[in-house]
Amino acid sequence: MNLELVLFTILGALAIGSAIGVIAVRSPISAAMSLVVHFIALAGLYLTLNAMFMAAIQVLVYAGAIMVLVVFVIMLLNLGSEEKLRERFTSRQGVGITMSILLGAAIVFTITRVAFNAPGEGGLPSGGSVQAIGKALFVDYVYPFEMVSLILLAAVVGAVVLAKRHVE
Amino acid sequence: MHSIPLNYYLILSAVIFLIGSIGVLARRNAIIIFMCIELMLNAVNLTLVGFSRFFGDQAGQIMVLMVMTVAAAEAAVGLAIVLSLFRNKQTVYLDEVNLMKW
Repeated sequence: MNLELVLFTILGALAIGSAIGVIAVRSPISAAMSLVVHFIALAGLYLTLNAMFMAAIQVLVYAGAIMVLVVFVIMLLNLGSEEKLRERFTSRQGVGITMSILLGAAIVFTITRVAFNAPGEGGLPSGGSVQAIGKALFVDYVYPFEMVSLILLAAVVGAVVLAKRHVE
Repeated sequence: MHSIPLNYYLILSAVIFLIGSIGVLARRNAIIIFMCIELMLNAVNLTLVGFSRFFGDQAGQIMVLMVMTVAAAEAAVGLAIVLSLFRNKQTVYLDEVNLMKW
């Protein structure tokens, strides 16, 4: 049992536990805090995969920017009260949970059937460094990178149009 | 070199994806459903980084960057929709919103 496996087990258990916390707790703000823990555990998992830049971006973008936005909206809508958040268990939810478990079983079944042999065994030791990612992003994948800016522009315009108060 | 097999990461990612999809199908609160979608996106990101590491190819990590950008765009638009829904209907529970239900 080496250190890497111990780290993976701890971070994986933390990630699964906080993910269950997101869907199990009643209050949205607790779910958001649980999701922040989940994102940080995932950043740790990226570190065990030698993806340093991804880990940094995970904490900055997800645990930072996106979760601040979510918490801001929860606070803005004042969704605190416990009575109003009581959930009714309906047959629709039962069907949904059953379908999800079937889907998860199918995915795990497929993964355990396929044996992945890694051709890049020790191929790129610094594959996750900022230098390597920046070179790949701005040399090999520069057109997809530019296309992404269009998505961001569309999102900005869409958010403004949707959230603004309509004047008659 | 790789002390942890790739399958461990894939199964962990599948479990997180499963939890996220249960949340999307079982919860009513639009903001919690939104957070569960983020969970599912992150599970896919973990798969991509795992493959990128084990095949020694950076394309997977570039793909993760794209997914993160789409997730940020989705956060902005999705929360704007929730905000405008709350302003019009005074609720964030999706089973109370049936305007487009036949």
